[in-house]
Amino acid sequence: MTEFHVDTTASGIGVVRPEGRLNMVAARQLKSVLADLVAGGTHRIVVDLADTSFIDSSGLGALIGGVKSTRQQGGDLRIARPTEAVLTVLDLTNLTKILRPRDTVDGAFDD
Amino acid sequence: MTRRLLLIRSIVLVTAILGLNYVVWRWLFSVNWDAWWLAVPLVVAETYSLVDSLLFGLGMWRLKERGEPPLPEEGLTVDVLITTYNEPIDLVMATARAALDIRYPHETWILDDGNRPEMRAAAEAAGVGWITRSQDWVDMPRHAKAGNLNNALEQTEGEFLLILDADQVPEPQILDRTLGYFRDEKMGLVQTNQFFVNVPDDDPLGSQAPLFYGPIQAGKDGWNAAFFCGSNAVLRRDALMQIGVVRYADEMALKVWRNLYYGESVIKKARRQTPREETLVRDALGEVEQAVKDARERLGRGEAMFDVTYDFQRTVEEVRRRLVASDLEVMAADLEAIAALEEQSGEGDGSLVDPQSVLERMSHRDWSPLGAIDSVQALVDSVNVDRHGEAQAVMPMATISVTEDMATCMRMHGLGWKSAYHDENLAFGLAPEDLETMLTQRLRWAQGTMQVMMRENPLTQRRLTWGQRLMYFSTMWSYLSGFAAIVYLAAPVIYLVFGVLPVQALSSDFFIRLVPFLVVNQLLFLVVANGRKTWRGQQYSLALFPTWIRAFTSAFGNVVMGRSLDFAVTPKEKRSPTGPAWHLVRPQLIAMGALVVASVVGVARLAAGQAGGVGTVLNLLWVAFDLAIFSVIIKAARYRGFEPVDAPPAPAGPTEPTTSSTHTTSHTPDRASGQSHAEGAA
Repeated sequence: MTEFHVDTTASGIGVVRPEGRLNMVAARQLKSVLADLVAGGTHRIVVDLADTSFIDSSGLGALIGGVKSTRQQGGDLRIARPTEAVLTVLDLTNLTKILRPRDTVDGAFDD
Repeated sequence: MTRRLLLIRSIVLVTAILGLNYVVWRWLFSVNWDAWWLAVPLVVAETYSLVDSLLFGLGMWRLKERGEPPLPEEGLTVDVLITTYNEPIDLVMATARAALDIRYPHETWILDDGNRPEMRAAAEAAGVGWITRSQDWVDMPRHAKAGNLNNALEQTEGEFLLILDADQVPEPQILDRTLGYFRDEKMGLVQTNQFFVNVPDDDPLGSQAPLFYGPIQAGKDGWNAAFFCGSNAVLRRDALMQIGVVRYADEMALKVWRNLYYGESVIKKARRQTPREETLVRDALGEVEQAVKDARERLGRGEAMFDVTYDFQRTVEEVRRRLVASDLEVMAADLEAIAALEEQSGEGDGSLVDPQSVLERMSHRDWSPLGAIDSVQALVDSVNVDRHGEAQAVMPMATISVTEDMATCMRMHGLGWKSAYHDENLAFGLAPEDLETMLTQRLRWAQGTMQVMMRENPLTQRRLTWGQRLMYFSTMWSYLSGFAAIVYLAAPVIYLVFGVLPVQALSSDFFIRLVPFLVVNQLLFLVVANGRKTWRGQQYSLALFPTWIRAFTSAFGNVVMGRSLDFAVTPKEKRSPTGPAWHLVRPQLIAMGALVVASVVGVARLAAGQAGGVGTVLNLLWVAFDLAIFSVIIKAARYRGFEPVDAPPAPAGPTEPTTSSTHTTSHTPDRASGQSHAEGAA
């Protein structure tokens, strides 16, 4: 089962760290975690993928959905530290244009 | 029938009758039930030895001494394959150069599992082919020597293969003397002798196996069960490839059937665990379930496995595509919204993902939502005819055992191929020169044999004749001697120290039944051995009892409990001698100590009038026999390696430093061949 660690930094950035496989079932959870954050006023979110071993199309969908809903609120969703497996899928689908991976969680909103 | 065979058969018959007469009597009338804890193990050990003797006799019954071989046909294509892993380059090249000099036209290859540039350079300089593992093997199980040969089989094409260990230097006539047997179209294998040049006359480590490479193989040959021993053998490629293909088809069929059978419940379970609102996924699983049912039905109607699995995979592919497509639909809408936002804010280029190409890519099994359900994915993968997790789909050399030769040969016989044993030294090899290497090698052979016994027991192989089953089983049975050895050691010690007698009485009945059996049994050895030395083999079959027992237990742990065999790799270079290797034979030394102490106690008890004269004398004789057997261990531990006295009896292979890696050395079933040890009882 995939677990989600949710934190909010001092500067008000939400950090979500899914652990394990970001698949169909986990994607739904991720959607609701992201929706809760946005609804609670956190519009800048970093998804830390350091512990995500796998992602499928549902998982990607959840991330894109997150980009959309945060941007609609004037914020953004960024991903940090993707694993090799996740990066492969991002590259393959050309989604790195929208979800440009950042090297660190702290620096994800620096640019 | 020759007079010799007639004589042998007569002795076999008499031995069997006398042996049965003795052991049946032992069970029915002479077990001392008051001391059952000793008496029962002893009579069981004696029965073990009798079975060993009967199996040996069965082989001798059809002793097939082939004599001069037929002349080979001309124009056959032959590959000479020299297997190596880490042996010194010089040693391998000495073998390769001798292989080049083999007279019958052939191609010579070095199969370098170590993938060494300097090996390659040496091979190329000498005009010898060099083969190492292909890319397919990266991150795949390597299967040691069997894998090395399988890899080479894909890269060569001769009709026949001569397989040589790196240290087995062939004679120029080796092919001329063996290829003739293949005039018989069903002949799949010709095994020749294995002889070692770096062994002194008294053979302290029991390296030569004159009884095995002689009467035992010739006996098996009589039942069309001559063994493949890993080196110095010629094989028909056709036979090997057929093993690989049939095996592949059988395994695939079994795997596909099993998975289709259990598949439904796997999918049902996955469906139950999928939340109701995931209707798409639930529907998808329903479709996969239907596909499983269809596939099973079609297979049941006898449709071809390849067609059925192909269609099954196609169906699942469609289901995957649909799931991904629905995810992508949502994603595309989101992406459009994002693009619209970016246009408003004037950033971004708006050129986004092409949904069609993403669909193609994400439908790949690992990345679709169906792939997320591990159990279903595993099921889908398994209903396929590729071999996931192996370098080659078709593997001619068996990989179920660390001794690939025996398992391969058994499968070959199972497919109706014949084998021949040609009793002639046509290659000259190197044996281990120190106790530790020798023990590791014997352990490996024994483990391999036990693995085959436990994984593909010959007695249950329906494609083998009963003669063949028993010939294979015979070798396996002989490796169980370690357990009997413990009993044969313990019984005299217990009698001499505690006065416990496992038999009811040392009556004349006892001697009349036992002694003639022992005598004819030894006579049988003498006659079949025909001047060959068999004493070393008899000694080692008992003296290495800790090795045999460990082989059994570790193979059991491996096959039944799935543990690692954890066999050590044999040291690559000769050890610098640091005095006798007593630590390697501690159990044997303890046993010998116990025998000596027990003798002293026994004599004291006799003097004190506490023990019977006949019993004590008999047990002292037994102790003396045990000590004579175990004396070889002292000799072996003190052995400092081979020092040639005269010119070696064969074209000298390199003698220094000796190497023998367990990775590549071939397999000489270590058969003590005998039971002289067996029937002591008192």
